Amino acid sequence: MTKINQHILTCGGTGCRASESKILAARLKEELKDSEISQNVKVVESGCFGFCEKGPIVKILPDNTFYTQVKPKDAKEIVEEHILKGRKVERLLFRDPNTNELIDESKSMGFYKKQIRIATRNCGFIDPENIGEYVAREGYEALGKALFELEPADIIKTVKDSGMRGRGGGGFPTGFKWELTAKSESDKKYVVCNADEGDPGAFMDRSILEGDPHSVLEAMAICGFAVGADEGLIYIRAEYPLAIERLKIAIKQAEDVGVIGDDILGSGFNFNISLKYGAGAFVCGEETALIHSMEGLRGEPTLKPPFPAERGFFDKPTNVNNVETFANIPAIINKGAEWYASVGTEKSKGTKVFALAGKINNVGLIEVPMGTTLREVIFDIGGGIKDGKKFKAVQTGGPSGGCLTEKHLDTPIDFDNLLAIGSMMGSGGMVVLDEDDCMVSMAKFYLEFTVEESCGKCAPCRIGNKRLLETLEKITNGNGTMDDLDLLRIQGGVIKDTSLCGLGQTSPNPILSTLDNFWDEYVEHVEENKCRAGQCKSMLKYVIIEDECVGCTACARVCPTGAITGNKKEVHFITQDLCIKCGACMDKCNFESIELIA
Amino acid sequence: MSKIKSLSDLRKLREELKSSLELRENAESADAVVQVKIGMATSGIASGAREIFNFFAEELPKRRIKAIVTQTGDMGYKYAEPLVMITIPGKDSVVFGEVDIKKADEIIEKYIKEGELVNGVVPKSYQTI
Repeated sequence: MTKINQHILTCGGTGCRASESKILAARLKEELKDSEISQNVKVVESGCFGFCEKGPIVKILPDNTFYTQVKPKDAKEIVEEHILKGRKVERLLFRDPNTNELIDESKSMGFYKKQIRIATRNCGFIDPENIGEYVAREGYEALGKALFELEPADIIKTVKDSGMRGRGGGGFPTGFKWELTAKSESDKKYVVCNADEGDPGAFMDRSILEGDPHSVLEAMAICGFAVGADEGLIYIRAEYPLAIERLKIAIKQAEDVGVIGDDILGSGFNFNISLKYGAGAFVCGEETALIHSMEGLRGEPTLKPPFPAERGFFDKPTNVNNVETFANIPAIINKGAEWYASVGTEKSKGTKVFALAGKINNVGLIEVPMGTTLREVIFDIGGGIKDGKKFKAVQTGGPSGGCLTEKHLDTPIDFDNLLAIGSMMGSGGMVVLDEDDCMVSMAKFYLEFTVEESCGKCAPCRIGNKRLLETLEKITNGNGTMDDLDLLRIQGGVIKDTSLCGLGQTSPNPILSTLDNFWDEYVEHVEENKCRAGQCKSMLKYVIIEDECVGCTACARVCPTGAITGNKKEVHFITQDLCIKCGACMDKCNFESIELIA
Repeated sequence: MSKIKSLSDLRKLREELKSSLELRENAESADAVVQVKIGMATSGIASGAREIFNFFAEELPKRRIKAIVTQTGDMGYKYAEPLVMITIPGKDSVVFGEVDIKKADEIIEKYIKEGELVNGVVPKSYQTI
């Protein structure tokens, strides 16, 4: 009897692997080996389930049982109890943080209820290292259809009609890009997949490549056929080792069965795909900089036009699309433009994958239709703010985006709405902030990132952002004036208007949007020298409560800068100029006689 | 896997491979397919439930019926084991007792396919919440 009647899916994404999911999968196989029904159960390492907060995830099918935070040592219990006896292991089930209810199957989890998975349709469902499972899920059907039943122009029309817009951040209509590349005349053209995901906190591209690499390969070949290219390049950062490994396996398998390579499916169409590694520079997500980096030059952007679609990689027409964009393409070809266009809003069709991070209960990867509101994403899917704290803001679009507040929560998310309220879609990072976060510090964090990542080619970005950061530092150090706040706006505006590429044109956004939405907090920093979240160290003050101090000298002995003076059995005193706010005195004091004033 | 040489080969291959994922596909749309639960606590297994489980798991896909076959714990009606609970979409679940291979075959052919009850229904003695 070798019929398989149960599947155990374990998450094989980077996040869960870091929590020993690979060892867990091996342990599960080990435990099963000795049991009488080993022939009937299959253990599959799949891609990311999205629910990274509670990883490693184990899902048992067909009953859809969803186990969270499973450790290798739990393997024995899962096999003995669930697999052999059909009893769910209650302690590993997910407990809803708000209702405290145990939820035994993924379908009833708030996290999954509002999601529609198109780009991530196979993530957490198939084994990414087995092309057979991808083929069984309509894999390479779209490519077959494109090669045998459609003309290149039909494909471009379908993509155009679907309303698909580039998921890398800018939201440029994908079909138009393909059309531009198709129209460029040349003996050689390229299709490039931009897998240089660089926004802090965004990991959707990585998860797609790790969980469903074939969907990207298939889409690149479809694109190649549509625009007349015979070579595909995937520009991926070397710091994504697992994604690279799975891509290599996928390319090898696809070549072996003949869906990538020469004479695909006997159609006479050739398309070869290879990998190019990037060193992880943020600016290389910009398509011209990316192309220069691939050519072996410095990763610096150049002025557009000419667009890569006209003159790109080695001056040949090049079509650059993002990973998530590609992952949608096979579904669009299979199900049609109309189907895709039925999901989403007027001008933004389909779904978007977001990486939820920050002070939120369900950190993870989600895919929702365009037009879902921020409230639904944060409170229904994300499960609300951690530890019952108050929602303060959500940062979207990474270093190019802005901060949105309570009053924006009911805005339907799409490309245009986010731009209108001073943020942007970006690649889909969403960092949720609570009352303990200082907005000035947050803006400073993102600016530090852009200053670090600026390529230095144009002055507004290289020098301007540095000056902007200095002004911000002045404010967080407690030396700011009201004039500095005006200066931030002026500097920000100039950088936006005069920078060469998208990096500089968007880098002041975190500051400008926080100035708009959290003006009071900036004023407090400047006028009252106060940081309400208690994050700006220089505005904190450690003082000794005179009535409580017994003069034990413990604090004076532990102070690294000798800022605390006082004789034995007498009240001590902290010299503020010398204090570096390390807090060592407060930790050491046994009489709770040191307090922190924000 | 050998080289795929044409679109029809790809489609043929997919049909062959589909069965390997069928179990997962059905689980995705659990409410729309027939659910078969077999009581497999210690006493259930002792009275032959494993054999019945394997029979359902093997026969249903063979007979082209989309179904989820799972094992479950003790159903309580120990006097009538092996027990099989069948839930057809849109209908209340029905428990059949003292199921052997012959009975299982009858359940598939008559109840699951035709909706016609067969002998051996165990009356419900409790409600579940």
